[in-house]
Amino acid sequence: MPEPYEKGPYEKGPYENPREAIAPTGAGGAMDLAMSEAETLDKRETEPTGEEGTPPGPGGRPRSLWTDAWHQLRRNPVFLVSSLLIAFLVLIAIWPQVLTDADPLRCDLAKSQEGSEPGHPFGYDTQGCDVYARTVHGARASITVGIAATLGAALLGSLLGGLAGFFGGWGDALLSRTADVFFGIPVVLGGLVFLSVVTSTTVWPVVGFIVLLGWPQIARIARGSVITAAQHDYVQAARSLGAGSGRLLLRHVAPNAVAPVIVVATIALGTYIALEATLSFLGVGLRPPTVSWGIDISNAAPQIRNAPHMLLWPAGALSLTVLAFIMLGDAVRDALDPKLR
Amino acid sequence: MRGASHPTPWVACAVAAVLAVTASACGGGGGGGSDGVLSSSWSDPQNPLEPANTNEVQGGKVLDMVFRGLKRYDPGTGEARDMVAEAIETTDSQNFTVTLKKGWTFSNGEKVTAGSFVDAWNYAAHIDNKQNNAPFFSDIVGYEDVHPESGAARAKSMRGLVVKDERTFTVALKDKFSTWPETLGYQAFMPLPQAFFTDRAAWLNKPVGNGPYTVDSYTRGSEMRLRRWDGYQGPDKARNAGVDLRVYTDNNTAYQDLISGNLDLVDDVPAQQLKNVESDLGDRYINQPALILQTLVFPLYRPEWSKPGMEKVRLGISKAINREQITRQIYQGTRTPAKDWTSPALGEKGGYADLCGDACVFDAAEAKRLIAEGGGLPGGRITLTSNVDTGSHRQWMDAVCNSVNNVLGRGPVCTVNPVGTFADFRNQVTEARVTGAFRSGWQADYPLIQNFLEPLYYTGASSNYGKFTDRRFDALVDRANAEADQAAAVKHFQDAERILAAQMPAVPLWYQNGSAGYSERLSDVKLNQFSVPVYDRITVG
Amino acid sequence: MGRYVVRRLLQMIPVFIGTTLLIFLMVYALGDPVAALFGDKAPDPATAARIREDLHLDEPLWKQYLLYMGAIFRGDFGTAFNGQRVTELMATAFPVTLRLTLVAVVIEIVVGITLGVVSGLKRGRPLDTGLLVVTLVVISVPTFVSGYLLQFLLGVKWGWVSPSVSSDARLDELILPGVVLALVSLAYVTRLSRTSIAENTRADYVRTAIAKGLPRHRVITRHLLRNSLIPVVTFIGADVGALMGGAIVTERIFNIHGVGYQLYQGILRNNSPTVVGFVTILVIVFLVANLLVDLLYAVLDPRIRYA
Repeated sequence: MPEPYEKGPYEKGPYENPREAIAPTGAGGAMDLAMSEAETLDKRETEPTGEEGTPPGPGGRPRSLWTDAWHQLRRNPVFLVSSLLIAFLVLIAIWPQVLTDADPLRCDLAKSQEGSEPGHPFGYDTQGCDVYARTVHGARASITVGIAATLGAALLGSLLGGLAGFFGGWGDALLSRTADVFFGIPVVLGGLVFLSVVTSTTVWPVVGFIVLLGWPQIARIARGSVITAAQHDYVQAARSLGAGSGRLLLRHVAPNAVAPVIVVATIALGTYIALEATLSFLGVGLRPPTVSWGIDISNAAPQIRNAPHMLLWPAGALSLTVLAFIMLGDAVRDALDPKLR
Repeated sequence: MRGASHPTPWVACAVAAVLAVTASACGGGGGGGSDGVLSSSWSDPQNPLEPANTNEVQGGKVLDMVFRGLKRYDPGTGEARDMVAEAIETTDSQNFTVTLKKGWTFSNGEKVTAGSFVDAWNYAAHIDNKQNNAPFFSDIVGYEDVHPESGAARAKSMRGLVVKDERTFTVALKDKFSTWPETLGYQAFMPLPQAFFTDRAAWLNKPVGNGPYTVDSYTRGSEMRLRRWDGYQGPDKARNAGVDLRVYTDNNTAYQDLISGNLDLVDDVPAQQLKNVESDLGDRYINQPALILQTLVFPLYRPEWSKPGMEKVRLGISKAINREQITRQIYQGTRTPAKDWTSPALGEKGGYADLCGDACVFDAAEAKRLIAEGGGLPGGRITLTSNVDTGSHRQWMDAVCNSVNNVLGRGPVCTVNPVGTFADFRNQVTEARVTGAFRSGWQADYPLIQNFLEPLYYTGASSNYGKFTDRRFDALVDRANAEADQAAAVKHFQDAERILAAQMPAVPLWYQNGSAGYSERLSDVKLNQFSVPVYDRITVG
Repeated sequence: MGRYVVRRLLQMIPVFIGTTLLIFLMVYALGDPVAALFGDKAPDPATAARIREDLHLDEPLWKQYLLYMGAIFRGDFGTAFNGQRVTELMATAFPVTLRLTLVAVVIEIVVGITLGVVSGLKRGRPLDTGLLVVTLVVISVPTFVSGYLLQFLLGVKWGWVSPSVSSDARLDELILPGVVLALVSLAYVTRLSRTSIAENTRADYVRTAIAKGLPRHRVITRHLLRNSLIPVVTFIGADVGALMGGAIVTERIFNIHGVGYQLYQGILRNNSPTVVGFVTILVIVFLVANLLVDLLYAVLDPRIRYA
């Protein structure tokens, strides 16, 4: 292991730039966490240009950051456990019949809130639907929301943020202020208002809403890391050699700026899944006949006294999924951050 | 934060005091009522607490304590009895002479006079005052002058109301309306003191009426304290020292407060707690019929639901709903499967009878056959729409849909369309934008069969949201209203109801019972037909 | 410094206008509020038309917005549908939410920093790993689940605390809701202070302090904590703004009549004056909190100077 790179007390700390100080995102602690940790990551890129120390510039090393990270990840049990878990969840999301052939929409009110019995290990909910079948089938909606919203927010956010950071000027100012506008709206409030006018029964309005409020966070990260990446010597060199903006951005800047975005996105994925549940609790999330953990949890939460099993299973599944994605994001972050090796 | 090792109330209090956040909030002792005062759950009235602007139960609760009108519905029988009125006389069912009893005063000392009523009614009807209940005065001659359909008012008061002397006034109606005096127990018809007209804003902050309670303090959105008015001269003096109405956002929280001893009375036990009332409260629990009916209305303004033959599909859907099972499993028997379009709280004399008959009885095979005969569901699907922000609508809608789906056995053909907010739902319904069946809860304003039928199913009636129209039904209602004899009028209304049973413009689901739980401190807790506790009868201690 | 503040304040103007416009559009999209005023009954057309006219609902949207903003600058936030001035509603709701936020923040500080410091000093040990997993689990549980669970267990089953909050919203009643509200941020504070402590324990000045023979606890309290907690403290400052707007779920579960409750009621009834007014204030709180946090940085960390 290489000697960790350390800073003296009077060097620039990780929080030197007030514009990038941790501001609350309105999306809850996990999102704040993801943002600040990704911002800490950014500084990895600035430090090599510092006046002292051995600059471990990306180009100056035998192994790239990515190979290094991969080597570390392979040996990290947290990464292995969480990716196995995610693989399993994705499998049942695509193909729930692997685990159950029961129909989650087939309900018998006569069995309302009954406990487990042979063939129905998790018991029944208020409507007399099989909790096991609903928990298994609920994975699809929840994971679709998580992945689609993360992809959408990450693509939109890094595109806008990256362009703003690279080109600067009035476009940058406009973007930053627009992002501030979205930060200013409490998430739950925005959900209540936006989603209460929607009548679609698919997951896409919820995905769209999360993308709408989620992109500024990613954009902020992407902007910051593009700005730092663009200051590197090799980018300046390429520029002086006459490389066009497009080539510069795609070939030189983007690959070196993408790490923080990946970290935020993985952690955000977990929080988006939890957000869907909160929206369902407020009556504006996914709609039946979609089966989702959020719907089941919000139906079960008030029944906690009568039938705790109704809450336990979907809530457990949700927490496990969120946990898996946040742990994955955490492991990736650790692997990409040379300071922590 | 040196030294602050635990967030004890004292430390936090000190910080709060420094921040100049109402320091008094740190002093007060435990909640709960003091001597003879009971606390009861409430939710914030939607509109200002004026009699003619209040059209929901929560505001009605307060008005019932603070006001007494010409008539009052007997909490036990629902019969309209004279309260402030000494007599309401008529010879032609169209022109009425109202005489007031002596000795009634408002709690600020003003006398209750004929003018108190006439001024209040004119105020209520006048368009400039934007009172929700203005249409209740539309039967009076001259209503159009103060409440034109568009434009400014042409008069200050209605010609049909004339003050004869301090205790007498006359009312002229546009048409014959034999049961008109029976409607006068409704809160829109309460009298108002002069203090209201001189300073309305101050009055609204602390309403003054002529009832057994006075408003001690009112913090909108959180609490109202009512105290017994010792100067009250009416026959129903309050038996407790007062009532504290506390606003709850979630009736489940209110229930939990009740069982942990922080609250004395909850008049809306949440569905999910109904299983526990027996063990939590024992016999301190009331469950009795109220004048509330839940129905599922079909959008007859849409041709696919109103074309000939569809009445079979509508009947089939009614027969596909297992009301017995749903009321038992979801509501633990606190709803009663509906057998007609009124309420058992009317009593048989009032017109309640099993008129839906077979059409309201669950029969899977017959339901399937009827729906197939009628040409099947439009597009093979049906959606149920309701707001889901309050009540347990989500649960019963899921249950109804599952019932229909299980009967048809063709997968999820019935789906629930939850609407996030009541406001949004009301807009969709009143603008006829709902494409499938939708919920309609009807709470009668007064215990008359007319109020369950005419506003809801008469052609063009104000709350006929499904746009049902049937000439024979309209004719029977007209005949009933002109009938001076009560029993004969009820007969005509029942005949009209039989048409509903054949056409099924709205599926009666269940009668909503009033349910309430109370603490050991209270006794003599009763609910009236509007599922509101009769506060003045409750004793504390 | 002064120029920096002025610049930031100027930047707030477009953000403020943008946010209020967005909220206004959103509430407008919810539709006509008038029908809901009439409950389950049909609105009387003439009365409804008059109410719309008085609320300017018959005007085009841009005009409504201008009228509204004009009134706001005169200090008039309009009247809620129940006849109460929105400013009065604010006067009762904001202190309650402020108290709740305060309780939550105190819990965050006390519990979060303690755990974070312990965890950071024991980096890599079982205790640290255990705390890390606990914070992750806490993050993964939605607020309404932890709210209902704690309310049921502590309030009803074991009867340790009152399951709801009275209208006075006394501070001792707010502890449980405060914990629920704080939980997620608590996990964050723990992790933030852990990272910060872990980084600083290897810093030269700490090594120097240890080398010159200072006792361990003195090194920790005097040198390590002071430098490590700068980001934590500033985060908590900014979190106040986010907590105030984010308490909708917590306030609903515990029956707290604060900002979240008023907002929720306002949305349910399409009560645009309430919703727009409250959000406007929240946006201002949010913007000012961000500015204060940035300035706090400069105060706490002498290396930062604003031009």
